[in-house]
Amino acid sequence: MSSHKSHDIGAGTAPLIGRSLQRVEDARFVTGTGTFIDDMKVENMVHALVVRSPHAHARIGAIDTTELLAHPGIIDVFTTADIAEYAAEIPLRLAPLVGYERYLQRPFAVDKVLYVGDPVAVIVADSRYIAEDAQDLLMIDYEILPAVTDVHASAKNESILNEKAGTNVAFSYRVSEGDIEAAFAAADYTRKESFYCHRHSGVPLETRGMIASYDATATDHKLKVWGATKVPWFNRRALAKMLRMEEADIRFVETDVGGAFGIRGEFYPEDFLIPFATMRVKRPVKWIEDRREHLMAANHSREMECDLEIALSKDGDFLGLRGVFRADMGAYARTNGGVPPAKAAQFAPGPYRVGAVQMDVAGLMTNKTPIGTYRGPGRYEVNFFRERLLDLAAADLGISPVALRMKNLIPADMMPYTTGKLCPYEEPVQYDQGDYPGTLAKIAEAFDFDRMKAKVEACGQKNGKRQGVGLAVFVESGGAGPSETARIEVTPTGKIEVFTGVTAQGQGHETVLAQICSDGMGGVPFGDISIFHGDTDKLEWGFGTYHGRGVTVGGSAILLTARKLAAQLVAMAARRTNLGIEELELKDGAIRKKGAAPGEPPVMTLEALAASADDPAELKAVEKFAPANRTYTSGAHAAHVEVDVETGKVEVLRYLIVEDVGRCINPALVHGQAIGGAVQGIGATFLDELVYDAEGQLLTGSFADYLMATSNEFPEIEAITLETSLSTLNPLGAKGAGEGGIVGAGGALANAVSHALGPLGVNVTSLPLNPNNVLRMIRQATPRQAAE
Amino acid sequence: MNVSTRHEITLTVNGKTETRTVESRTTAADFLRDDLRLTGTHLGCEHGVCGACTIIVGEASMRSCLMFAVQLDGTTITTVEGLAQNGKMTVLQESFREHHALQCGFCTAGFLTTATAFLKETPDPTADEVREALSGNICRCTGYIPIVEAVLDAARTIKAAKG
Ligand code: FES
Ligand code: FES
Repeated sequence: MSSHKSHDIGAGTAPLIGRSLQRVEDARFVTGTGTFIDDMKVENMVHALVVRSPHAHARIGAIDTTELLAHPGIIDVFTTADIAEYAAEIPLRLAPLVGYERYLQRPFAVDKVLYVGDPVAVIVADSRYIAEDAQDLLMIDYEILPAVTDVHASAKNESILNEKAGTNVAFSYRVSEGDIEAAFAAADYTRKESFYCHRHSGVPLETRGMIASYDATATDHKLKVWGATKVPWFNRRALAKMLRMEEADIRFVETDVGGAFGIRGEFYPEDFLIPFATMRVKRPVKWIEDRREHLMAANHSREMECDLEIALSKDGDFLGLRGVFRADMGAYARTNGGVPPAKAAQFAPGPYRVGAVQMDVAGLMTNKTPIGTYRGPGRYEVNFFRERLLDLAAADLGISPVALRMKNLIPADMMPYTTGKLCPYEEPVQYDQGDYPGTLAKIAEAFDFDRMKAKVEACGQKNGKRQGVGLAVFVESGGAGPSETARIEVTPTGKIEVFTGVTAQGQGHETVLAQICSDGMGGVPFGDISIFHGDTDKLEWGFGTYHGRGVTVGGSAILLTARKLAAQLVAMAARRTNLGIEELELKDGAIRKKGAAPGEPPVMTLEALAASADDPAELKAVEKFAPANRTYTSGAHAAHVEVDVETGKVEVLRYLIVEDVGRCINPALVHGQAIGGAVQGIGATFLDELVYDAEGQLLTGSFADYLMATSNEFPEIEAITLETSLSTLNPLGAKGAGEGGIVGAGGALANAVSHALGPLGVNVTSLPLNPNNVLRMIRQATPRQAAE
Repeated sequence: MNVSTRHEITLTVNGKTETRTVESRTTAADFLRDDLRLTGTHLGCEHGVCGACTIIVGEASMRSCLMFAVQLDGTTITTVEGLAQNGKMTVLQESFREHHALQCGFCTAGFLTTATAFLKETPDPTADEVREALSGNICRCTGYIPIVEAVLDAARTIKAAKG
């Protein structure tokens, strides 16, 4: 067990970057005074309920709203016919895979419903209680059609989801680098395995929700939407287009957000339906998703199959890797649904030098909730596939798992390293900086991996339990574009206000961004800095938070702006005091003579400087940071497990993560990301699973069925943060730090469980590793005999 | 709703006596959040699993999403807003901040109320006892380890202060 204690800040102790400051956010959360979306009430507000399809695949027949509308307290109901004029498709935000756009979702199902949870109507009522009372009075006829619930049934095209497209194969492409046929022909050793990664998702503790209000006569913002997060500027643009309004007429305001993990804050059907509802009923409308709805309506993720084949020389040189991915995409194309399969294929070679790579990727539509990104999209999946296959190869060749990996990791002196164009909509990948062998050496040593491996092997089975150890090595990207903007202003009282396009979902951005601003402005006191985020009214153009860009891109924009404003303030003070610019500096929150003795009064305070301004423009600066490329975080996970062969239950005895994140702004928060991500990933490997039956009914619609890690399951987790390889792609030297804790979990644990059960003949090729599945693997395995 | 389904209840919330009329089917959580505007108590599942809605009724931690407001009649309850006294945070609240025991903060009220009631009953807990006591609360962000540390550290601090 390890923890990082953070501390309060003393005065005048720059630099703040690199220090574990206490979070400014926490004061409101520990006292219950945060403002999450459901905590807000707007005058005259009414409540919306989204009516959802109970069927996985059905034709929509007659809809009768008469009885519903007669119920007391029901204000309005609208269905697909009522929005027809505006019912544009929700656009893709990322991963424009050719063909996928044919399956874009409209706010309501049109003609057919395609998954349990597909929105078909919105009821507006005086209260949520009343809306729920009355919803059964809405009569909708359905003609049930055969449900497609897995990729194999989908590929047969017997039951077609989207008749216009005429196929369930949404996209299919091949990417390759090098001569794959030659690589396999030259190989001394090849092995092919078929893997499956299970469907699960981020499941933030706060469900989605929003409040929208509309005033056609307002001169500034006609439409206001509270509860935005992640990418408010993008979503505002999408909404403006659908409603045919000017972007400037819409204001998105972020509230406190109870976790997002990639799931929350994308443009969903409700992001159109609730603003539309407020325009219809001319009263503010609140919609709060309930948990059952969340589990069937918010993006699912991770589900895919992969046939992966490796080619090695007899010495273990990694000659080739080829794979076939079949991703279960669910019923529609969501804004970022192409990311998981595309990134799984792109990251298939991972941190290794591989002679030739070829990946075939297909996205198949099924009558299940649509797929989107979840923390470490595609990476969690493919690290499981590749790292598992590497362990199998190592065992076959009689090389240690550490040695086989070490031999093939990209050495530091080959950085930056190009893996080639393995994603159809992106430029070739270039890993920026990193010491991958160093990271593996670190974890092998800290975990004492080789000795532990020998020890558990010698131990065999004791009291019905077997132990095993496993490793997974990864590389993963962060710092995605486009640019992010920041504006910094000096207030009349000499305080600093920072406006950023970065949004926050629990990462501590209000704290780390203030740390960066303070350092950029010569140590302005931390307590004098306020961070404003996620309000489209406060900044002309921002973007948002995803893909490890909060600090790398948003923080870099703040650093550049802070430096620019500091220089501007020094020049301004020079003019006021008739001193030379070169004699002055901004230090510890005031303009001082360079080299002034400590305690010497400043030349001008920021308050005095603010009072002397002729033009407010003198007191503010705006700057953008556009990343030229992505940053690549590297690391490794190691697990030591004990499996009860009678019950199939796995206990994690030790779990270690080593991650090189470049510059670490606040070590306690980075550590928290690693541990929190690890528990999500470990929990997901054993517990989380979204299960459907053959009719396409979701069987895991509550927290009683959808199981997640709790406090007494995985206590022994440690994380080591390295700052070995600073990124050269941003002025902070930072890399993404939010995903390293999760992306190796499936691979390391599958390897550890396979190691433990290997003598019984178990080879883990599918997840999750819940007791039922582990027992089934033990029962179906053929024990390895004396040859072992 | 017909009148007979409405009831008058009186209770003490965070030291203050409140009398309100509530519908019989209103949950305690909705009553606290909507009628009393004590929105620090959160709803993560509304079916008794996540613990985000935990409040202290008398001395015991309970899930306010599984109770009706009428069941609060005559009780003395504490919500997260009532933990700090005169603007001074409790040792446990401070400890949560120091140990980085929260990220998004949505689960925090439930963990604080659960742990506050637990530490009253078990002032000198082992790590396993803390984990067990918190195992009915879900946190999606922190991985629990810093929360357990925060509770253990708070217990030590409280004990040391008592001498
Ligand atoms: S909201 Fe009450 S237990 Fe989840
Ligand atoms: S801090 Fe986010 S759920 Fe616990």
